[in-house]
Amino acid sequence: MLMIKNGRVLDPATKTDAVLDVLLDGESIARTGENLSAPDAEIFDATGLIVAPGFIDLHCHLREPGQDISETIETGTRSAARGGFTAVCCMPNTVPVNDNASVTRGIAERAAATASVRVWPIGAASMGSKGEALAEIAAMKNAGIVAVSDDGKPVATARLMRQVMDYCNALDLPVIDHCEDPSLFAGGVMREGAQSIRLGLKGIPAQSESICSGRDVEMAGLTGARLHIAHMSTRGSLQYVRAAKKEGLRVTCEVTPHHFTLTDEDVRYDSHYKMNPPLASRADRDALIEGLADGSVDAIATDHAPHHPASKEVEFDRAPFGITGFETALALGLDELVHPGRISLLRLVELFTTGPAKVLGMNRKIAPGEPADLTIFSTDHSWTFRAAESPSKSRNTPFDGRAFHGAPMATIVAGRIAFRR
Amino acid sequence: MLERLQHLLGMEGLSREQILFILDQSKPFQEFQRHPLKKLATLRGKTVAVAFFEPSTRTRISFTTAAARLGADTMNLQAESSSLKKGESLIDTVRTLEAMRPDGIVMRHSSSGAPEFVSRRLGIPVLNAGDGTHEHPTQALLDALTIRDRKEKLDGWNVTILGDILHSRVARSNIHLLSKFGAQITLCGPAMWIPHELESLAPGLRRTTRIKEALDGADVIIVLRVQTERIHEPPLAAEEYILSYQLTTERLRLAQPDALVLHPGPMIRGLEIDPAVADGPQCGVLEQVTNGLAVRMALLYHLMGGAPTDAPHPAKDRSNADD
Amino acid sequence: MQVVEKRMLMSAAEIDRTLQRLAHEIVEKSGGAKDLAFVGVRRRGVPLSQRLAKLIREFAHIDVPVGTLDITLYRDDLSTVGPQPIIQSTDIDFAVDDRDLVVVDDVLFTGRTIRAAMNGLFDLGRPKRIRLCVLIDRGHRELPVEATFVGKTVQTSDSEIVEVRLQELDGEERVMLVDRVS
Repeated sequence: MLMIKNGRVLDPATKTDAVLDVLLDGESIARTGENLSAPDAEIFDATGLIVAPGFIDLHCHLREPGQDISETIETGTRSAARGGFTAVCCMPNTVPVNDNASVTRGIAERAAATASVRVWPIGAASMGSKGEALAEIAAMKNAGIVAVSDDGKPVATARLMRQVMDYCNALDLPVIDHCEDPSLFAGGVMREGAQSIRLGLKGIPAQSESICSGRDVEMAGLTGARLHIAHMSTRGSLQYVRAAKKEGLRVTCEVTPHHFTLTDEDVRYDSHYKMNPPLASRADRDALIEGLADGSVDAIATDHAPHHPASKEVEFDRAPFGITGFETALALGLDELVHPGRISLLRLVELFTTGPAKVLGMNRKIAPGEPADLTIFSTDHSWTFRAAESPSKSRNTPFDGRAFHGAPMATIVAGRIAFRR
Repeated sequence: MLERLQHLLGMEGLSREQILFILDQSKPFQEFQRHPLKKLATLRGKTVAVAFFEPSTRTRISFTTAAARLGADTMNLQAESSSLKKGESLIDTVRTLEAMRPDGIVMRHSSSGAPEFVSRRLGIPVLNAGDGTHEHPTQALLDALTIRDRKEKLDGWNVTILGDILHSRVARSNIHLLSKFGAQITLCGPAMWIPHELESLAPGLRRTTRIKEALDGADVIIVLRVQTERIHEPPLAAEEYILSYQLTTERLRLAQPDALVLHPGPMIRGLEIDPAVADGPQCGVLEQVTNGLAVRMALLYHLMGGAPTDAPHPAKDRSNADD
Repeated sequence: MQVVEKRMLMSAAEIDRTLQRLAHEIVEKSGGAKDLAFVGVRRRGVPLSQRLAKLIREFAHIDVPVGTLDITLYRDDLSTVGPQPIIQSTDIDFAVDDRDLVVVDDVLFTGRTIRAAMNGLFDLGRPKRIRLCVLIDRGHRELPVEATFVGKTVQTSDSEIVEVRLQELDGEERVMLVDRVS
């Protein structure tokens, strides 16, 4: 038994904001209340800290199987735990691609043996994510996938997207799309704009993303499916999502911390600023923050994309896309959104808990009988993020050396303390 | 005291004073090209690594000649024969070169930012001979020297740059340099090659797709190459380009009567430039070549000079010889 | 570098008398001064060579051409410390071939400056003869260089510096012996 004492319990699902004790029994939450007593329980003193439902990351890359040089389920989830995440959804672009049940089961087995947090795999939409034949989605669902995506690429055609949506609708699985138009993307390496011109780097217009978001929203309208737009980074996409929600379509979206923090003006000849979708214009970044505030955006997801350090130590053009993100997500949310008063603390917690849970069709709350997953964090602990100290195998982050106010202090997964600062 | 240059990566970061310093220091080297014996011992014992990861004949020869005339040795790396093609990373290629201990690197690369990448990792001066579509600083400097010599000053000219500006590192370097000298710059070319974001490069930049408008009253016209190695997007038929953008004798008449025509070379006569204009008195292409040599010698001297060869009392001698 | 003045080696009047004498000597020993030309070594050789030419014009009515030579590119002692010395212009508008050249400098010391000057002159052509004229010879030669025309010979030690100050460049006129202090 574990007793979380005296923390400020902030739970969007039960509309709780009060200093309470939370008693955990085994893998479930036993009770919450004031001044609970449980003589056999291990005490965790959460005075001055926030106690929230366990955070869920809808989007990350754990690189196992096949790309262990960059990350494994073990190292990735240790990093996730340090970031306060109790569950992570890992994308299927591994080697081999997670497009059939045996790969899914392999991931589940590795997770059971080595993971620090819950690992919920996302299966591919098409075989090999090649955009031709449908992947073995039903079989993968039985093996435990929570959603479907060809992430890394868009679902190849409108026609295929329709088929995937119809199929997944019947299985009650959300379809997650990495929205991009290949003809506009065309070898680009950063967002097209004044900065790309100055640096002489090939730019990708914002419309590359929004055209595809629009296509997907239309297909969602046609099929009634659950559509989730991954790592949304443009005003254009947000407008489609808003319109879709207004119409009552089951369309959701996520934004990454780097997209609400940095802009294309921050890009320099340093591959730690290279990711896909690229850092957006200031206007787009500001629009995303508005969407986070007004509820149009459902979740914050990290798109943690580790790369072996040597592979990023090349010219900008040649570097692979992607940065890590587990350990800085909450801190960026606090520093960029809550502290400057753009969103409330409760809203931030929603974006990490009930928001992602809703996308996956599940609940996340602090109530008796619920899974004992909790994220305990401080809103003012001063610390400096150092990439070299991360358990992740990768160091590709633009935030190395950045000072923060606020940090995850403990992560509890299924009643166990997976991380403690 | 002028801040000493450690590298030459681009014109963007250089001050007016630094640019004038380089141009002034190029003068003795211009003079030097007229000597019967063109060989100095100034950089004797020094080695310049000339690493061209992108094909080039003229610029490479210009740099190797500059180094040789200063008495330096060169180490030549060419893309075709380089291990880069075999998948060796830029960092390893450059570290291999560094292990042979050159005193500096002149490099050209198809990735924007590659020379900066190298300069952050090696302890020797890096001279950018052209990186991707980012900058080609020595071209801008030799163009400026040519303008200053021909027109007796560098400030305040109406400069028109003609061609595929979007993909041109020569254009960017020229824009950065000339805007520090009060130039009124007009960019002209097909619409997809003069996007509006170019205006953020310097205050007062104008763009037009109409060549007549661009040439009206121009004092300096920089004609860019229509290049095939760095593919034009979209590919434009030669006839289309000639029709609207070739610098013909007739179009040149729209400019000032003493307008100077520059071209970074090599020219495709009959494509972007009328042969009559290329061979005409207003064209400064040959001076550009000589000035290129002078500018590059001055830069090699200032970036890579130093270290006594056989002076037992450098401090002592300095007292009376360093006037 | 900190210096302290020790004593004056030549006053303004002495400099003037010395230059007069040197001008006469040069004309005497140049057999008619037909192909004669001066090359002043930057910086202080320049005003000195100009004054010599002016004196010669006055008393002998001969116009001796004067050129200036920057030896920076020809030096063999470019230091590792600090920025590269700034190169100034070399201005020799007469042909060097077959000329009877007199190189003019303020102080002759190790001889390296003159060696560099000769390298520079040979890059421009093939003079018939090169002779050296200096205001002060302070000894301590490191190369086999000699001056044909010497204003004054002075014994110095290694740490001392001979400072020639001329009106055109320094706003005053005298030669000082100064000492380096650490």
